[in-house]
Amino acid sequence: MQSQMKSLLKKLKSSRELSLFLVLAIICVAVQLRNNSFLTAKTINDMLKNYSTTIMLSLGMMSVLLIGGIDISVASSLAFSGMCASLMMRDGVYSSTLVMFLVSVGIGMLCGMLVGLVITQGKVLPIIATLGLTNIFRGATYIVSGSRWVSAYQFQSTFKQFAQTNTLSFGLVNNLVFITIVCYAVFFVIMKWTRFGRRIYAVGSNPEAAAVSGININGIKFVVYSMAGAFAGLTGAMYTALYASAQSDMGMGMEMDVIAACVIGGVSLNGGQGSVVGVLLGALTMAVIGKALPLIGVSQFWQTAIKGLIILTAIIINVLTQRMMRKNALKEREI
Amino acid sequence: MATQNKRNIVIEKEKSLKSLFLRWETLLIVLFIVVNIMNASISKNYLNTANLFTAISTFLVKGFIAFPMAYILVLGDIDLSVGSTVALSATLLGVSYNAGLPMGAAIVVALLCGTLCGLINGIILTKFTELASMIVTLGTMTLYRGIAEMILGSQSTGGLQNVTWFYNLYYARIGAVPYIFIVFCVLAIAFGFVLHKTTFGRYLYAIGNNRVVARYSGIPVQTIRLICFTLVGFVCGISAIYYASWMGTVRFDIATGYELEAISMVVLGGISTAGGKGNFPGTVISIFTIGLLKYGLGLINVNSQTILMIIGAILIIVVTIPNIRVQKSATKLSKTPAKSC
Amino acid sequence: MKKLIAIVLSLMTVFALVACAQPAAAPAAAAPAAGDASQTYAIITKSAGNPYNEREASGFEEAIKAAGYTAIIKHPAEITAEAQITLINELVAQGVSGIAVAANDKDALETALKAAMTAGIKVVSLDSSVNPASRMTHINQAGVQQVAQALADAVLDLTKGEGDWAILSATSTASNQNAWIEAQKEIMKGDKYSKLNLVEVAYGDDEYQKSVDQTQALLQNYPNLKVICAPTTVGIAAASKVITDAGLQGKVIVTGLGLPSEMAEFMGSGDVACPYMFLWNPIDVGRVAAYALVEMVNGSLTGELGQSFTAANGTTYTVTEAGDGGTEIIIGPPFAFTADNIAEWKTVY
Repeated sequence: MQSQMKSLLKKLKSSRELSLFLVLAIICVAVQLRNNSFLTAKTINDMLKNYSTTIMLSLGMMSVLLIGGIDISVASSLAFSGMCASLMMRDGVYSSTLVMFLVSVGIGMLCGMLVGLVITQGKVLPIIATLGLTNIFRGATYIVSGSRWVSAYQFQSTFKQFAQTNTLSFGLVNNLVFITIVCYAVFFVIMKWTRFGRRIYAVGSNPEAAAVSGININGIKFVVYSMAGAFAGLTGAMYTALYASAQSDMGMGMEMDVIAACVIGGVSLNGGQGSVVGVLLGALTMAVIGKALPLIGVSQFWQTAIKGLIILTAIIINVLTQRMMRKNALKEREI
Repeated sequence: MATQNKRNIVIEKEKSLKSLFLRWETLLIVLFIVVNIMNASISKNYLNTANLFTAISTFLVKGFIAFPMAYILVLGDIDLSVGSTVALSATLLGVSYNAGLPMGAAIVVALLCGTLCGLINGIILTKFTELASMIVTLGTMTLYRGIAEMILGSQSTGGLQNVTWFYNLYYARIGAVPYIFIVFCVLAIAFGFVLHKTTFGRYLYAIGNNRVVARYSGIPVQTIRLICFTLVGFVCGISAIYYASWMGTVRFDIATGYELEAISMVVLGGISTAGGKGNFPGTVISIFTIGLLKYGLGLINVNSQTILMIIGAILIIVVTIPNIRVQKSATKLSKTPAKSC
Repeated sequence: MKKLIAIVLSLMTVFALVACAQPAAAPAAAAPAAGDASQTYAIITKSAGNPYNEREASGFEEAIKAAGYTAIIKHPAEITAEAQITLINELVAQGVSGIAVAANDKDALETALKAAMTAGIKVVSLDSSVNPASRMTHINQAGVQQVAQALADAVLDLTKGEGDWAILSATSTASNQNAWIEAQKEIMKGDKYSKLNLVEVAYGDDEYQKSVDQTQALLQNYPNLKVICAPTTVGIAAASKVITDAGLQGKVIVTGLGLPSEMAEFMGSGDVACPYMFLWNPIDVGRVAAYALVEMVNGSLTGELGQSFTAANGTTYTVTEAGDGGTEIIIGPPFAFTADNIAEWKTVY
């Protein structure tokens, strides 16, 4: 019994998520001390709802980072797929929320497939390919929308209601939050216990070895980029449902927030390292920062600087705790 | 043994014949010429020297940043904080001038500020080598912008063009050629020389190719990274001075998106973000190719969003073409997969 | 050989891209009317992808075409003064007759616009002004004082005379936002408004996620908040959405400036977040800028104080003194959108 406890403790101590969790907890407590309405069910609920988009998009980014790639076009694919799906809903092609979500996911996936093709077949470095495609997707969004927005009154009311109700989870949590939780759970299982998940890690940590052991590297890459695109599409649908508005410049700059969420969550930009739990914590950190800044009563003009400072502190503390853990682990080994 | 030799010869031959056409710089030069011919033929207003140099000056302001960014990419790093550094330096320049400092001193303040920003990036990255430069500079990008916002808030700081010589920094010309163009050329030669003709430059490539090997062969990897990041900051300071001279007024939200533009210029110039590859002349050509293409398309009033799409497409196409060759010769050489990403 | 073909093909792709981009953006041939089609007029809006700017540009184009000239519409790729300067340089190189610009920065366009005027190009600003030195006159959609007065009175009316209220703005650098907010603060120093308490000016940066955060923070930090005044399209829509979703209609009231299409959802009869708000017709703003430019090129208008002209739509516009020391043409008071008229306007813009 005791030894079991001990090994559990050891496991916890060496886990990279723990240090992250501590950072997040410190931030939350600090905010709570400044404003005691922060750690209430309502605030947390509002926060999760408003940031379900960022949290969801981080999942797609994570899978791309895991194979050692990067996708800065996700925000543009989000806008493109969300806009296309909204335009079709406005024009009465369909009225069902489910169909709208599926269409958006489909278009996002096509965008992702294009990214994957350019990267695997054109042998273009991911950052360059997605840099170019960002421009193309964003430009395409302006063109299809004709610079008009899809406004709240042009959406089906069931669609708008969907983002505000708790029907999917039978009244427990908001629908969008529920979708996010389900995706995280599914992804957790895939990454941890399926062959596909392990292959993603293999490709990311050592592509040569992975190729030698018979993994179709390009195949995996293609699937991962398509998946990231699909997540962007899903996020696009969530975004338009949440704000009941589709604009051609929506999600501008979101890719940076999402990359930050992943890296804070311990995902390595060199590939092969990172976990679903870590990304969740990283994305939550970004959400807490966004939600808390207006609540702590500092000047509006200081908020950006504080955000930058928190991001830097978070990643540095994370490194320091990990160094400490590694040291401890080494010490224990010596004994 | 014999077949082996034969195969080698074939490859050699192929290289000498076709690589000339497919070398990145050749491609870029072709693209550059094509862009110019196209521009001149679709718009009768394109070949007006005075107007052309007016347009060139505007993209040179951010073109400067591409130089040290090329170093950073050769190292295998990346710096996303350049736009914010420009904004913060220009903000301090404006604020210190309006607080009564002479313009000369304000310029020094801007340069110091830029250098300090770069130095901070460098220190964090060399103290915590586990951290990727992308995430650190993502953090400082927000931080520097935030400090500029703290200083200026909703205000702007202006009146900078009242100092004639400061105004002339950007606008004065010798004949039709603006000073900024000359400064740009001098800097380009200096940066190119250092990268290709000095030990320091060779170190950059060594580090970019394999950081661990470089360290074991006695190259002061972290010191060189520190120097390069500081250099980026310094050049951002220069860019900030030109920005202030150009606009005459500064807000905290200026120069947003410079980071990705600078990276695009460098990458189109053939320097890979994976590090250790590419050369400097390509970067200079690509600065002009992108800039003049934008100008030419603007002259025939192509929608600015469409221009962005075209630039994006060119970026991908130009990067793909040489890869087709690499891929083919790689498969000819052996069956091991070409390393990518 | 194959690779050569590849190069040729990809270069052709580039050309094809350029070629297909061209007809869409090239100035459409003007309908033959009284004017000389070689005269070209250009409008530079604040940004692409915004229906307000789009309407403004379409009004401009329509009026220029009706007069028989050619119109160029330019939307900058980013919402910056820099992008606008590039566009101005392009227009100067093309030798257009007149430029109308909705400025992203009051002062930064000065050198570029002065160079344009030196080259004999007529320059007016519209919607968001440039400083007096860099324009011949400004086409003001509604006087700053009028807008601020309307908003101040709306706040007074909706709070029923006393209580806490807050402002939710766009970015902290948006010059017309700041002008309205300043003027509103000034007006509200008056006795009539003495029982009103402005608790905070929050900035949502015209992003939904941030505007929602800011609105929720306002609601949480100031439980007695009665009115949120948002003089920006995304801000007012986001605030209304938060209020509606939280079921606070009637307790916290939203007003401000917004696009009818975006706000239709939150206005109308019954329990709504926003009982009324203001705006003007962007199509008219573009039109009047076009009329003024044409008059200037014809030589009958220089933008000096006291001049007036009768436009093609039959209205007479007079050049008046602007608050910044320059001159302006004010189109009219801001238009109030209420439950009664929102339905007909939501399809217009």
